[in-house]
Amino acid sequence: MATVDVSFSPLPAHVRTARLIALAVARRVGVAEDMLDEVRLAVGEACSRAVGVHAELATDAPISMRLSDDDQCFAVEVVDVGPLDDDPLEARFDTVDGTVDPSAWDDEAADSVPAGFGLVVIGGIVDELVVTSDAAGTHVKMAWPVPPDPTGQT
Amino acid sequence: MSHDRSLEERVDLTLSTRPEGERTVVAVGGEIDVYTAPKLREHLIDLVAAGSYHLIIDMENVDFLDSTGLGVLVGGLKRVRSHDGSLHLVCTQDRILKIFRITGLTKVFPIHATVDDALTAVD
Repeated sequence: MATVDVSFSPLPAHVRTARLIALAVARRVGVAEDMLDEVRLAVGEACSRAVGVHAELATDAPISMRLSDDDQCFAVEVVDVGPLDDDPLEARFDTVDGTVDPSAWDDEAADSVPAGFGLVVIGGIVDELVVTSDAAGTHVKMAWPVPPDPTGQT
Repeated sequence: MSHDRSLEERVDLTLSTRPEGERTVVAVGGEIDVYTAPKLREHLIDLVAAGSYHLIIDMENVDFLDSTGLGVLVGGLKRVRSHDGSLHLVCTQDRILKIFRITGLTKVFPIHATVDDALTAVD
């Protein structure tokens, strides 16, 4: 079992670093090569969301990211200090027929995606996504399968 | 040797712009994420302010795109549409196209395989 804990200041510049660390660990523990892009995107979305949450709260408290590997599963958990929305997967756009209507997006934030958009992206690429909240904040936990190592080594 | 590097130099995003008739082609390279997206946003804002209302964003050299980048592209689309303009994308990379499919934005942006295809597309 390999566990890597990362704590970083809530700055956009550190999101790339977090992505690279997650990618390196995912590759190290044996996540299939064709899933690594999904790991990179999902971790980036989770960390970007966390940075945004901390910016809204005007807090410089660090964001934590835990990478773990057990039971043939690679898990990434990103924790921010913010509360959880009632429905974190609800975004302000129409997905009933798979069509997004950008005209419905907030004009004052024309370059900002609606709240929950990042989680929708993660939900679209990660089979195992759990979003929970406790006293520490909101936890976004994602997991990917790790094929058994034919050599029996990890 | 100076260590006073500008913010722009540290941003892992490249932008190259050229006119093609009435259209403007913006070739984007590198990673579009929460850190670099503001640079692309400012570039698109400057282009529209200068009267470039028909944009083609060439994303063939984009290595990474997240929802923040999508937001900037949507913002660009809304800006050019407010001037009866257009915004076309050029992309064949499946890992980039995937995020457009997940979010349904393939129905919002015209996406082409080549810049030439985008140049000949009818709005």
